[in-house]
Amino acid sequence: MELEALNDRFDLLVTKRSVEDSFPVVKNILLLDSEGKRVAVKYYSDDWPTNNAKLAFEKSLFAKTMKSNARTEAEITMFDSNIVLYKFVQDLHFYVTGGEDENELILAAVLQGFFDSISLLLRSNVDKREALENLDLIFLCLDEIVERGMILETDANVIAGKVAVNSMDPSAPLSEQTIGQALATAREHLTRTLFQ
Amino acid sequence: MIATMKRSTHLSWVLRRELFFRKLGFLTIPQLDPRRCSQVITKLLYLLNQGDSFTKVEATEVFFSVTKLFQSKDLGLRRMVYLIIKELSPSADEVIIVTSSLMKDMNSKTDMYRANAIRVLCRITDGTLLTQIERYLKQAIVDKNPVVASAALVSGIHLLQTNPEIVKRWSNEVQEAVQSRAALVQFHALALLQQIRQNDRLAVSKLVTSLTRGTVRSPLAQCLLIRYTSQVIRESNTQTGDRPFYDFLESCLRHKAEMVIFEAARAITELSGVTSRELTPAITVLQLFLSSSKPVLRFAAVRTLNKVAMTHPMAVTNCNIDMESLISDQNRSIATLAITTLLKTGNESSVDRLMKQITNFMSDIADEFKIVVVEAIRSLCLKFPLKYRSLMNFLSNILREEGGFEYKKAIVDSIVILIRDIPEAKESGLLHLCEFIEDCEFTYLSTQILHFLGIEGPKTTDPSKYIRYIYNRVHLENATVRAAAVSTLAKFGAMVDALKPRIFVLLRRCIFDSDDEVRDRATLYLNTLGGDGEVVETDKDVKIFLFGDLDIPLVNLETSLKNYEPSEESFDIDSVPKEVKSQPLVEKKAPGKKPAGLGAPPAGPPSTVDAYERLLSSIPEFSNFGKLFKSSSPVELTEAETEYAVNVVKHIFDRHVVFQYNCINTIPEQLLENVSVIVDASEAEDFAEVTSKPVRSLPYDTPGQTFVAFEKPDGITAVGKFSNTLRFIVKEVDPSTGEAEEDGVEDEYQLEDLEVVAADYMMKVGVSNFRNAWESMGEDFERVDEYGLGPRESLAEAVSAVINLLGMQPCEGNRGCRSQFKVTHVSTLWCIPRQCEGSCTVAVWN
Repeated sequence: MELEALNDRFDLLVTKRSVEDSFPVVKNILLLDSEGKRVAVKYYSDDWPTNNAKLAFEKSLFAKTMKSNARTEAEITMFDSNIVLYKFVQDLHFYVTGGEDENELILAAVLQGFFDSISLLLRSNVDKREALENLDLIFLCLDEIVERGMILETDANVIAGKVAVNSMDPSAPLSEQTIGQALATAREHLTRTLFQ
Repeated sequence: MIATMKRSTHLSWVLRRELFFRKLGFLTIPQLDPRRCSQVITKLLYLLNQGDSFTKVEATEVFFSVTKLFQSKDLGLRRMVYLIIKELSPSADEVIIVTSSLMKDMNSKTDMYRANAIRVLCRITDGTLLTQIERYLKQAIVDKNPVVASAALVSGIHLLQTNPEIVKRWSNEVQEAVQSRAALVQFHALALLQQIRQNDRLAVSKLVTSLTRGTVRSPLAQCLLIRYTSQVIRESNTQTGDRPFYDFLESCLRHKAEMVIFEAARAITELSGVTSRELTPAITVLQLFLSSSKPVLRFAAVRTLNKVAMTHPMAVTNCNIDMESLISDQNRSIATLAITTLLKTGNESSVDRLMKQITNFMSDIADEFKIVVVEAIRSLCLKFPLKYRSLMNFLSNILREEGGFEYKKAIVDSIVILIRDIPEAKESGLLHLCEFIEDCEFTYLSTQILHFLGIEGPKTTDPSKYIRYIYNRVHLENATVRAAAVSTLAKFGAMVDALKPRIFVLLRRCIFDSDDEVRDRATLYLNTLGGDGEVVETDKDVKIFLFGDLDIPLVNLETSLKNYEPSEESFDIDSVPKEVKSQPLVEKKAPGKKPAGLGAPPAGPPSTVDAYERLLSSIPEFSNFGKLFKSSSPVELTEAETEYAVNVVKHIFDRHVVFQYNCINTIPEQLLENVSVIVDASEAEDFAEVTSKPVRSLPYDTPGQTFVAFEKPDGITAVGKFSNTLRFIVKEVDPSTGEAEEDGVEDEYQLEDLEVVAADYMMKVGVSNFRNAWESMGEDFERVDEYGLGPRESLAEAVSAVINLLGMQPCEGNRGCRSQFKVTHVSTLWCIPRQCEGSCTVAVWN
């Protein structure tokens, strides 16, 4: 145990590469319900190697933050040498975690982008039921915000736009592709009726 | 539908059965229903997201079913397919199956296909495939669609970790992307470009210079630029004149995006040796943030100011009024940071007011915050000893309130430190501690306090008043505390002769205790202190026997006792080895031994030396080398990013020098065994190799240390040059299983040369009065010598060259000489060279 601690020290001495210093890194994005259970989560860091470690983190984070009022403005706290930003709406709790030395306002932009794009995609019915019914949109949304810790996009309109193009919702905005598809179906329908 | 899925193991199991035996079949029917397929994938993703993991067979089955969905033209379904492939992280032979489909998508006309196919392919690919798709990736980086370009750039950032040689070939394209009009593309390109060039300081510096003059479009990219600029400033190291790029940082304080303003303010506060003039504009914007309506802004600002207050408390005092209003902030993290900052910046007159505010605040914050506050109060009290009364009262008040162990321990530690450092606070502090143990639920704290009372109590003017508290423990507590109380009583008896008769009465009562240890202790003390009625002065030897320090490491004693077999021969305590084999990492355990809070913050460098010393003494071959004199900082023996990264630390002993080679194997496909360094010392005549210690096995990315020890004549600062070769047996490793092959090949790797120079024998020591120290040394130790320094640009540079060459400590403020015009400069350097005490005065002719 002793030697392990020493080796850790030498790790620090030997490896000087520090990625965190070069660009902002998001460690995880969480969407929990009002009891702290997972709706959708995404981890980008090795800080929590097992599912149990992740669950433990979510549980204690939820316990620490549940009483705070993060409904009008996003709130922030230090937690296990991480910075966590969070915002609640209805029975949904949104979290974004970054390293201790991260620029808080960059993480805030990520949280805002996540929160707003979900609101856009769920058409303002932001609650757990609606979220679970559109879980595919939420997974896609997470995929568009951060790729393995690197921020991809923080503008909610752009994020929601990218996700909605692919959504199966018939009332989603029509893009070029869907027009093409609509024409194809129409043509198919026409030929079928003609041949009858 | 999904809403009804409850997270119960049974249901989840049912779901999986259903999925695997019916739905997967459904995925493969000829007429695909995209909508239902998407739903099935969403369900699978949900299961994975909830923490379920597929078995290898299941994952393969899902993967194969999913690959068939590439037939569908449905956009939404395709996106879900991309997602699940990323989640499944297929094995190498599975990847081949989707490669062609993904490569087709990478060349598709649909931007969304191109962008996502790039991300998926780069996530699952290995080096060989990468060379095949490299051409497309380079095109994608300069693609006119920003989403496609970003996808390629971000993938590049991750690929750089695994295949740096390939990604480095993309510099030109990335450079072009930095000029992109799309905000996020510029951000991603800048991040990748810096990563590619991070070992080339000149290139980064050029990049920063060109961009600080040009236009940066997104706030995120601007933040990156600020970070890289501060790196350049850190590395440029100029000591004279204006700091380069400071104007750029300052101009960023007027940017319209808050994240940029904050990044710039933070960068300015973190500049090394920042002046108050440079700090002012940054502090001003942070002060504005303090009164923002957004908690995030307030938090960011107060956290940064808190850090500034540690080094420049005066610079932060302007914000004190804003800070005070934050004490009542809803967000307790902000409130705690505000309080601790105020405690750092406050002056003597504001202490009382502040304490009043904090008292209200303490009741509604969590223990972890309270500990922070207690520590801040301790350093405040050491700063203003006159205020000890109100601060000590505050500590004793919170000691009485509810709280967990860590919190109580922090308070007790603080009181102990105050008692030790502020003599006036002793009596009241001891009484507070006495009152606390009357009602203390933590055995550890009770015993520690009793021990401390035993040391400090007898030295007070009226020791008798503590006896009552101590004896109460004998009645009311568990055996551990009772035993500690008996020892403390005995200490009072030994130290204060007047109390002896009364103590003996009390100790005699303890002989009837129900616990063995308590009875044993009481009997021992009664017999050794002469409890048979006579009042005699306690013998000094007895005192040392009872209360003196056992100068044997407890760990060694423990092992010796374990090894001892009961026999005719009694246990001999002198046979216990005295060397510290592995000193346990307890630094903050015993109160009274804790370093003072204020005077000891720079614990960084000594702890490294400590760590070296411990490491070396744990190796039997080096244990007879004596005390470690000095360890150099690591010297790199390889270029950055070569196959094997090796640096060396030189450890100097009286008659020996030990080279510690820290090696890292950066090739995942290799396992190195029997790694040693062959040192050729033909250019270092005074040194003779004694022993070497190889690393048995060096897996990928795990640091290992190999050592080579040399003997050198005592009394001579032997110097020389050593050439090094890394020798090892290399074995192939299968990356998928992580298992190494049986047979290895012996191989060598040339390292750079290493020199032992005079500076290695110098220890930097701070000297407050140079002249006194110099004159006390006498002429025998004086040496006068001349060295040529070669042409130097400025006086400051020459001085720092001298400091680096000699490895000595500049004193009397000579380090930062500013004047360019002085012709000569007398630099006073101080050190302890290995063989004799000495110092030197250096005249630098410019």
